[in-house]
Amino acid sequence: MAIEVQIPTILRTYTGGEKTVTADGGTLADLVADLDAKFPGLKDRVVDDAGLRRFVNVYLNDEDVRFLDGLATPLSDGDSVTILPAVAGG
Amino acid sequence: MRYPDLLASVGHTPLVGLPRLSPTADVRLWAKLEDRNPTGSVKDRAALAMIERAEADGTLAPGATILEPTSGNTGISLAMVARQRGYHVICVMPENTSFERTQLLRMWGAEIVYSPAQGGSNEAVRVAKDLASRNPDWVMLYQYGNPANPQTHYDTTGPEILADLPEITHFVAGLGTTGTLMGVGRFLREHKPEVQIVAAEPRYGELVYGLRNLDEGFVPELYDESVLTSRYSVGPHDALMRTRQLLHEEGIFAGISTGAILHAALGLADRAAGSGQVADICFIVCDGGWKYLSTGAYEGSLEEAEQAISGQLWA
Repeated sequence: MAIEVQIPTILRTYTGGEKTVTADGGTLADLVADLDAKFPGLKDRVVDDAGLRRFVNVYLNDEDVRFLDGLATPLSDGDSVTILPAVAGG
Repeated sequence: MRYPDLLASVGHTPLVGLPRLSPTADVRLWAKLEDRNPTGSVKDRAALAMIERAEADGTLAPGATILEPTSGNTGISLAMVARQRGYHVICVMPENTSFERTQLLRMWGAEIVYSPAQGGSNEAVRVAKDLASRNPDWVMLYQYGNPANPQTHYDTTGPEILADLPEITHFVAGLGTTGTLMGVGRFLREHKPEVQIVAAEPRYGELVYGLRNLDEGFVPELYDESVLTSRYSVGPHDALMRTRQLLHEEGIFAGISTGAILHAALGLADRAAGSGQVADICFIVCDGGWKYLSTGAYEGSLEEAEQAISGQLWA
């Protein structure tokens, strides 16, 4: 199973500068664990004990996972996951 | 319609059907034309409400200086109201915004302090807070945390929509300060508990997300996740494609953020049509396309347009 993950500029120090990486996982939590195995330290920047960090947004195929099942959101082959810092609009 | 003055005419915008973009006779799209406000954007509602509340509670005295971080539309609206009420406006605006925004702000008499492109509106907020702390007599209305912002949508936009579309099933708007979604969302839920409240969030080029660390991230104080049903991130390609589709198929000349909102609305419409539901989906046309003409959004191929707005704050 291959899931494409878009990494924001601010976290590319962990991925050797790569903007898009591939990882596996049946759920978002599994995917984050797999990312951390490949790129140690990445997990702590994305999640904390309470779940997704406050200023991190994660989108599954453009939908905010907080409105799906959060870290328990199931993933399928070919899904696209985007990680972005929360920024202001208006 | 007759009003005693321009400010009294804020709101009361038309709701128009989109027969060509609606997928079936049972799944209908409706556009709330907020570009019909005095400065051509939905922000006139929040700007007027924030100023009136500050006048009522004594925060704003005659001749006061108003300071606001803004990517443009709120600043333009504040400047328009302030000009009539006798206040001076200073806007902190990211430098990567369209040229027309600067022109319009100056036209209505606002002063502009530019914040760095990198970091987008986050930087504008940071610079404005710094200026406010050094100029305690200036009044920062602070659209991201001012309850008058969602309240005016609860009091006006929401009731207008429900009166025109009592059968509404979905409401879709852009997520910036979150004022429109929070105010309209709360009002509609009280009257139609089953209504879906859906946010479309613009996904900009990388420059805008160029924070030094994640702790510099920003979530508006007004944001309450529980009001929303779902939230979609829409990139520039989809936003531009829908902006042009809205123009070509329905004749509505809207700004780029409206394209992002329409993209989310059409996704909901397709899903409803696919499952045989009846749906009446209302979305917000935030502003017209006029102040984005110089960006190249409406010319050439989609790829050229996408290239032209990359790095810009287009919503």
